[in-house]
Amino acid sequence: MIVGNRKTLEEILGMIAPYKKVLLLGCNECVTVCASGGEREVGVLASELKLWHAKEGREIEIREHTLERQCDHEYIDQIKPFVDNYDVILSMACGAGVQYVAEKYRTKPVLPAVNTTFLGVTLEQGVWSERCQGCGTCILDQTGGICPIARCAKSLLNGPCGGSSNGKCEVDKELDCGWQLIIDRLKELNQLDKYEDNIPIKDWTTSRDGGPRRRVREDLKL
Amino acid sequence: MRLNYPTNVKIVKVPCTGRVDILLILRTFESGVDGVYLAGCLEGECHFLKGNLRAKKRVQYARALLDEVGLGGSRVEMVNMSSAQGQRFAEVAREMTEKIRALGPSPAKRKLKGGG
Repeated sequence: MIVGNRKTLEEILGMIAPYKKVLLLGCNECVTVCASGGEREVGVLASELKLWHAKEGREIEIREHTLERQCDHEYIDQIKPFVDNYDVILSMACGAGVQYVAEKYRTKPVLPAVNTTFLGVTLEQGVWSERCQGCGTCILDQTGGICPIARCAKSLLNGPCGGSSNGKCEVDKELDCGWQLIIDRLKELNQLDKYEDNIPIKDWTTSRDGGPRRRVREDLKL
Repeated sequence: MRLNYPTNVKIVKVPCTGRVDILLILRTFESGVDGVYLAGCLEGECHFLKGNLRAKKRVQYARALLDEVGLGGSRVEMVNMSSAQGQRFAEVAREMTEKIRALGPSPAKRKLKGGG
């Protein structure tokens, strides 16, 4: 899932300062699972904003609304009947959702309430961890199912580096060395011979270096 | 026991303090209260194992949010007592009332009612 972190109240207050009527828009997908922008977080932020404005003696109107997704236009269209009643949309979706809402309502300011951080997994209730950087060319078959791009602080294709100590990374003593994890897993799989193969220089054009990416499935198009 | 406790304390019954989430606490402040305390069972004696411990963490989080908002996190407290400690219940109600009275009315409420 896409994992995000809600911005501080101070930052959000700064963004919405010029506006009086706010449409606070949550998303029912990834940000709900990582507890940064779902219906519940919309409720908490709305409550915080109302309390702050009440304390300051200022007026604000907030409508809470959570869409199934903010990355598909049929859901974004659902706010069309009432979006013009508000000065601004404060989106709690990931960066993709914020931008897609902004594309749909071109004359309406759309502000982000969440910092989108990584593609990751739920380690335990309340703890999330990065697993993928969306580089566009997956090599997990060669690395025991553990990604050196996302899990190694240096994204080394052939590791570990000299900063690996007792299975931990020099960047952070709590952080597992990605390449130690790969080697351990290859051992468990009895595929340590794969570690002997040098992974060639990566073609980063499938990643961000090739510019914004798009994917087309002609057979699915209407 | 016929114990007295301050009349300004309003009780909201929940099956377990584990039922209380952040939003419930915030909405209570929106309704204009000056302080909230959760009276949970003694630690280690939760009927549902961890309800009161979860509530404790949520209270800590709610305090952080209220600090961020500027209402003051100390307006929320977690206290623990058993159902046999009526005396303690009345004592906590008095202590909490005094504490909140010292803090003054919720700044959110004061402004909502137009000063004073």
